[in-house]
Amino acid sequence: MSENTAVSKADTRDDAALQPPVDVIEDAAGITLYADLAGVAKDKLHLHVEGDALTIEGEIDLEMPEGMENSHAEVGLARYRRVFTLSKELDASKVGAEFKNGVLKLTIPKAEHAQPRKVQVRVL
Amino acid sequence: MMMYRSLFPRDVLSELDRLQREMQQGLHLSPSIRGIARGGFPAMNVGGTAKSVEIYAFAPGIDPATLDVQIEKGVLTVAGERQIEQPGEKATVHIDERFAGRFRRVVTLPDDVDANAVEAKYRDGVLHISIGRKQDAQARRITIQ
Repeated sequence: MSENTAVSKADTRDDAALQPPVDVIEDAAGITLYADLAGVAKDKLHLHVEGDALTIEGEIDLEMPEGMENSHAEVGLARYRRVFTLSKELDASKVGAEFKNGVLKLTIPKAEHAQPRKVQVRVL
Repeated sequence: MMMYRSLFPRDVLSELDRLQREMQQGLHLSPSIRGIARGGFPAMNVGGTAKSVEIYAFAPGIDPATLDVQIEKGVLTVAGERQIEQPGEKATVHIDERFAGRFRRVVTLPDDVDANAVEAKYRDGVLHISIGRKQDAQARRITIQ
C-alpha cells in the first residue's frame, strides 16, 4: 500500500510541466492551433492523438555551460505539456503539423461530413 | 502539523522567494533598482558561472534579424516585435493566449561583465546571450610576502 503511494507520488513529480500558451482559431475548414514551445528541438516534440485527446508535449533543451547556477528562472521546468479534447466533427487522422523557431502550428480539418453545406430549399 | 502546513502554500512560496533572493545575492545579480519583472515577454532565465553570465530569453516565433540586443552601462536590453498571423474575417478565435506586439526587457548585469565579450544565438525560439566576465575580476591568488 505505502509502496503504491510512493510510486504515484514519483509519477506526479515527473508529470510536472509548463502549460504552453496557445491560440486556437476555427474557420469553415477546421481548427488551427498555435503553441509557443520555446527551447524545444524538433526531435523533442511529441504529438499524439488517443481517442479524442490531443496531447502536445515537448522537452526543453538549453545549451548551458558547465557548472552554471540559475539565479533567476521564469521558466522553471524543462517540459511542456497540454492536452486538448477534440470534438467529433474534427478529423484527427488528418492533423497537419509545422514546427519552426519554437512555434507549433497544427491544422485539424473538419471531417468531410461536418463541412458546412448549403441546404437547398425547394419551393413547391 | 504537517497537514496544517500544507494547507498554506503561501508559506512555501515565501520560502522559495527567500531561497531565490539568496541565490541571486550569491551571484551579485539581484540588488538592482530595476529588478527583473516577472511575467513579461519574453520569459527570461539568468544564470552564471565564474567565467560568464548566461541569459536565456524564451522568444519563440521571431525573425532573429528583427531582435535588438544592446548592452549599455551595465544594462542589457532585449527588444523586438512579434507578429502573429491574423485570423481570417470569418474565423472564430476560441483561445487567445500568445503574446503579440512589441516587447522590451531589461536586465541589470553584474559589475564584472565584459561588454566586448558577448555572444548571442537564437535557436528553437530561445535567444541565448552569453557575456564573459572580466579576466581581472576572476578570483586571484594573493601571495603574502
